[in-house]
Amino acid sequence: MRLLRSAGVRLAASYAGLFSASALALVLMLWWATVGLLNGQVDAAIRADAQGLAERWQDGGAAALLATIEDRLAQNVDDDAVYLVLDPEGHRVAGNLLDWPSQVTRVGPVYELEVMRRGVRSLARVHRFDLPAGYALLVGRDVAHRAALRELLTQTLGWALLLIGVLSLMGAVLVQRMFHRMLSRISVTADAISAGDLSRRVRLSGRSDEFDRLAETINDMLDRISRLMDGVRQVSNAIAHDLRTPITRARARLEDAGAHAGSLGELQGAVGRAVADLDGITAVFQALLRIAEIEAGAQRSAFTAVDTGPLLADLADLYRAVAEEAGQHLRLQAEGSLRVHGDRELIQQAIANLLDNAIKFSPAGGTILLCAAMTPAGVRILIRDEGPGVPAADLPRAADRFFRGEAARQTAGFGLGLTLVRAVAQLHGGTLGLQDAVPGLCAELLLPAMEAELPPRPRPVSLDAAGLAPAPLGEHIRDVLR
Amino acid sequence: MVEDDREVAGFVLKGLQEAGHVAQHAATGPDGLHLAQTETFDAIILDRMLPGMDGLRVLEALRAAHDATPVLFLSAMAQVDDRVRGLKAGGDDYLTKPFSFSELLARVEALDRRARAIGPGTRLVVADLEMDLLSRTVRRAGQRIELQPREFRLLEYLMRHAGQVVTRTMLLEGVWDYHFDPQTNVIDVHVSRLRQKVDKPFAGALIHTVRSAGYMLRAEP
Repeated sequence: MRLLRSAGVRLAASYAGLFSASALALVLMLWWATVGLLNGQVDAAIRADAQGLAERWQDGGAAALLATIEDRLAQNVDDDAVYLVLDPEGHRVAGNLLDWPSQVTRVGPVYELEVMRRGVRSLARVHRFDLPAGYALLVGRDVAHRAALRELLTQTLGWALLLIGVLSLMGAVLVQRMFHRMLSRISVTADAISAGDLSRRVRLSGRSDEFDRLAETINDMLDRISRLMDGVRQVSNAIAHDLRTPITRARARLEDAGAHAGSLGELQGAVGRAVADLDGITAVFQALLRIAEIEAGAQRSAFTAVDTGPLLADLADLYRAVAEEAGQHLRLQAEGSLRVHGDRELIQQAIANLLDNAIKFSPAGGTILLCAAMTPAGVRILIRDEGPGVPAADLPRAADRFFRGEAARQTAGFGLGLTLVRAVAQLHGGTLGLQDAVPGLCAELLLPAMEAELPPRPRPVSLDAAGLAPAPLGEHIRDVLR
Repeated sequence: MVEDDREVAGFVLKGLQEAGHVAQHAATGPDGLHLAQTETFDAIILDRMLPGMDGLRVLEALRAAHDATPVLFLSAMAQVDDRVRGLKAGGDDYLTKPFSFSELLARVEALDRRARAIGPGTRLVVADLEMDLLSRTVRRAGQRIELQPREFRLLEYLMRHAGQVVTRTMLLEGVWDYHFDPQTNVIDVHVSRLRQKVDKPFAGALIHTVRSAGYMLRAEP
């Protein structure tokens, strides 16, 4: 009973059962078909023979019949014909059987019985036919050879069945073993992880079968869990270390003011600065929590269709003034349908963060390029500045929490902007790519397009399209550039 | 003000009184609901996590009794979902703790004004500044000022809240409909551009900067 509770054994048993049952059905069918065909052939020959003999009787009476039988017996090459003719008194008048077999009494059925033919016992299939004037005719075929063949067939099939039984049992054991082995890869890993080793992953067999796919899914899940765990760890580390600096500063300021402030003005100034420090700490907290919230993927409920075209135009509108104030130019290039399935507010915030950075690091007179296009991989949003950029060695870490490049040391910020952008990209199933644009940094935000995106409307043919003029800009973008 | 932290409540009450408002305090959900139902207030500041009754329930009970008093949630529950839930339940504004008092004051005063607004007028007038909402034109001292659509909405927001402090966050939410904090001074730049058109060519400034709070549009200097 305990054995039956194992899924592997159940699977193996069903495999063996199904395999044997289908093999048995096949063998039985083969047996019936072969034996039936053999018997059918014999019966048809007997019937044709009897038909011929009956015709002879009609043509020439008893004499003709007897002559024909003698004739046929003489010409019977296979030596398998069986005939017997009895006269109305029951005396044998022709044929190669000595006696009328006692079982053969009726006309309809086929009898298969042992006969004595020329002194030899043999097996025959016989038919009884009644002739006019009280004569009885027995026509048959010796089937001893066929019976032997049938015997052979039956034996062979029997052995085959046995072999199949053994094979199916072996197969069942194999299936059970395979099943067990594949599951044990997973359960060994799961055990190791329960025991605390989060770095363990399910080993792949390399056959990319269903079990490999399951293993990959489990590994992906484990990767995500460990990323989240890392996130939590980083946040606690951040709280422990990175927030110490502003807290220390605020504390020192207040303590110093409490001990040394000579006038109300000085005191108020110190308190004001401490409040600003605290606001900074709050902002870091907010950002950390928001990133954690996004990374947990809990916000997908707010996803709707978002056209990033107008969204970018609005943001460019907001930031262009800031860029111009800093003596920079902000150029927007976006056209066509740029619809994604996502969270509007988060996409806005991600792009705002990238624009914030671009403006912060670009020198006066620099150009910030914001462009977006629909690509096969999704909506690609590029933000390129002409600032100092990020050294290639730092690029992989640039989006980590609290990472601040050499160039960023002198500017305000906490090193969380890109972290949030990357979290937003990942929430949408997209990516954040950072490249050195020499000079400057090129951030590429790739967001998967709306699944049910309609094919782009055909553009009117014009000189523009022939490449004689710059490509036409979308209506909303023209508004912005004006 | 319904708030269970006495220190925070005391600080807010003192600030409100200094700003010339009359405020009362309740420390628990049921007390707050009772107070709100027995007296008439211009605005209610409501905490989310309260002893006895969740702030959300208090608001739902109020709204179920057809009480339309504007409600501002002041809560430590800072997730986007919390904010959405608060506003969906009938809240008029949502401010997360920790907060700056000037932000709270500006938002409460804006609520109060919103409650008293008597229908949508087609003309806004502050001193010699006139805004026609139908033809979307702005004149100052009879002279026409050309504004871009976003500048128009910024000025409209300031004029609708004339005489009140509006914070940068309020402008970002009210004019741009953005609910995040940009790191740079985006709002300052836009207000400064608006000043170039509305104040610079004329005698006397209308748009004033309120230190460590935000901006105010008012007639007197």
